[in-house]
Amino acid sequence: MKKYFSFFRLRFAMGLQYRIAALAGISTQFFWGLMEIMIFRAFYQTDASAFPMTLSATTSYIWLQQAFLAFFTAWMMENEIFDSIVNGNIAYELCRPTDIYNMWFARSIANRLSRAVLRCFPILFVAAFIPYPYGIAAPAGPAHFLLFIVTLFLGLAVMVSFCMLVYVLTFFTISPQGLRILFVSCVEFFSGALIPLPFFPEKIRQVMELLPFASMQNVALRIYSADMNRQEIERAVLLQIFWLIVVTLSGKLLCKAAEKHITVQGG
Amino acid sequence: MITMEHVCKSYRIAKRNAGFGEACKALFHREYETVHALSDVSFTIHDGEIIGYIGPNGAGKSSTIKILSGILTPDSGTVLVDGRVPYRNRIEHVSQIGVVFGQRSQLWWDVPVIDSFALLKDIYSISNEQYRQSLEELTELLDLKELLRSPARQLSLGQRMRCEIAASLLHRPRILFLDEPTIGLDAVSKLAVRDFILKQNQNAGTTVILTTHDMQDIEALASRIILIGKGHILMDGTLDDIKRGNDDIDQTIAELYRSYDIS
Amino acid sequence: MNKIRFSFKLYLHYVSINVRSMMQYKTSFFLTALGQFMVSFNVFLGIFFMFMRFSSVEGFSYSEVLLCFAIILMEFSIAEMFARGFDCFSGVVRSGEFDRIMVRPQNEIIQVLGSKFELTRIGRMLQAVVMFVYGISKSDISWSFPKILTVIFMLIGGASVFFGLFLVYAALCFFTLDGLEFMNVFTDGAREFGKYPIGIYGEKVLLFTTFVIPYALIQYYPLLYLLGHRTSAFYIFLPLFACLFLVPTMLFWKFGVRHYASSGS
Repeated sequence: MKKYFSFFRLRFAMGLQYRIAALAGISTQFFWGLMEIMIFRAFYQTDASAFPMTLSATTSYIWLQQAFLAFFTAWMMENEIFDSIVNGNIAYELCRPTDIYNMWFARSIANRLSRAVLRCFPILFVAAFIPYPYGIAAPAGPAHFLLFIVTLFLGLAVMVSFCMLVYVLTFFTISPQGLRILFVSCVEFFSGALIPLPFFPEKIRQVMELLPFASMQNVALRIYSADMNRQEIERAVLLQIFWLIVVTLSGKLLCKAAEKHITVQGG
Repeated sequence: MITMEHVCKSYRIAKRNAGFGEACKALFHREYETVHALSDVSFTIHDGEIIGYIGPNGAGKSSTIKILSGILTPDSGTVLVDGRVPYRNRIEHVSQIGVVFGQRSQLWWDVPVIDSFALLKDIYSISNEQYRQSLEELTELLDLKELLRSPARQLSLGQRMRCEIAASLLHRPRILFLDEPTIGLDAVSKLAVRDFILKQNQNAGTTVILTTHDMQDIEALASRIILIGKGHILMDGTLDDIKRGNDDIDQTIAELYRSYDIS
Repeated sequence: MNKIRFSFKLYLHYVSINVRSMMQYKTSFFLTALGQFMVSFNVFLGIFFMFMRFSSVEGFSYSEVLLCFAIILMEFSIAEMFARGFDCFSGVVRSGEFDRIMVRPQNEIIQVLGSKFELTRIGRMLQAVVMFVYGISKSDISWSFPKILTVIFMLIGGASVFFGLFLVYAALCFFTLDGLEFMNVFTDGAREFGKYPIGIYGEKVLLFTTFVIPYALIQYYPLLYLLGHRTSAFYIFLPLFACLFLVPTMLFWKFGVRHYASSGS
């Protein structure tokens, strides 16, 4: 545990070193969120009755999405891991006395967490001062807030476990590129990164909500402003846990198979 | 002829301290320091000389080379290369010089070397006739015949360096800047490169300015040595002036650095 | 004139060497191009599904928004294909490769552009072409010569504006290598948000994009003319005014090169 913590500290310090970069990133995301909101505002002004969420819930969704971008962007994968698989340095890692899957998992979490911690507070802080309904609203209630935090981290875990699956699958394909493109496009579309899932037509949405991609950002960001009722929340959380277990287990199994694959080949 | 008179150059560099606390502090306040890369540097180099330009890392070698090759503008002083001010009329100036950065490649990684040469022909506007002649000569002298058809990524470091040098000479520059041309090369390649530089100097009269940490390069090539440390010219003379009867060149230079307190 | 022809020939030489390099990695090339295609395809899907729910936005129908998206994507793709070298320019400065450019007797811009011609962007370009054909066939515009001319001017003006922005981005690398991420707002951001007519973002955004960075001149105003919301011939030529954006950006680039020469960073 201690080594994961020191890794996190190192990442965090690195993030602070490049303060201008961090500042630029924050402003970019802030601006991005603002423009996104203006699009939704335009649609709202045109036809409020067709709006599937309240405008305030939509804007809160967008601000949280920007603030926790580092949690849920699919393309933010560890190039080091891909490189070490492709060039074979992975053999050294396999010699170490740590479980390779767990180590990478922790690393990815630490990486995303350190980035998000640095960036989320300034964005949320400023967004809180933007007048209603364009700023971020207060959470729907203490229970919803608590659930938001829990599902946020569950979502992060699902996201990382999915990335792990991609890393592990690169053991079997030669180049990571193809898988990565497929994965990134799917996450973009199905997770609610493109437009929040309620904006999709009813039938399509029902299917989308069952997919593992919906267990990433969708749940937490909607619970925050009580866009789901109790029954929906229960189902969503159960699905998150289900997918986390399924994806992690299949990743671990594949990883074991890959390790054998490598030892047989001799690295 | 190259003349530098009273050339000064300084940079402002932001301090970046390591450590968690320092990083937090840097978030609000940043300190700068001024580094004097060159202070009052003067020398004259005549046509056809081979100059060994030496000094420890950060002494001001690369700043000098950058000024002479038109990349960098000095803060003060005058610089003339064959009557031109390098940084005033860059394009005219650089068509008359050749530069080899030993640590960086100018060849395209994935296409045959000859294709990179063909592009250079266009970049330097070399006439067909001259290109054909230069290529023939260089291929002969540097033994490139087998290499020209392979992509640069498939060449060994020594083979690549020979191609790099040829690439810098296609347009027949009057002055050649060599920045660590033998770094990382095996013994055979080193000898081949040195041999070629000497020949190029004797046959074409090319002025060569060589910066290197390899004292054997200096010993084999340089007719004159300029020593720079902390931005000042400390010594300007022949190899014998520096050696003063001492046989081991590395030892001599190390002592020299120590005596000037620049190592 | 001769000089321009020569520069063009040199640029083509660069392009051919880039393409030959890329063909060494055919799979990678194909997949990256596919990725580019998918990214913009997702943007299209976003528009598509929004309009399954809403019939119009601020008076613009689905087919009209689609045309708008297609044109801005095309403008961006053209600029990006040629000016990709600027996009990875921070790497060029950081690695010291710019020194190499400075010791060669050619204009710096040609060399930077030539050093990286991105054929993989053909993926986005392809997407733009598909959208363009789809958008035009879906639109109810009665095409006339002035309207066709407007579209051509839009592509020229738009590509120039994006080219200028890439140039600014690259010139900033001479001063700092941190914080350049923010420039994405103006390049990728403009492509992303330009999918809707700029008018929907409200008056302030419209003012900014008319007078500071002339996106509205290459998107909103000529679009109004195309859709018949405006009839004055003045709107046809507005995109050409946007080309003037190249003047200050070019000066800024020159300023950057001079700064590089004095700081050597």
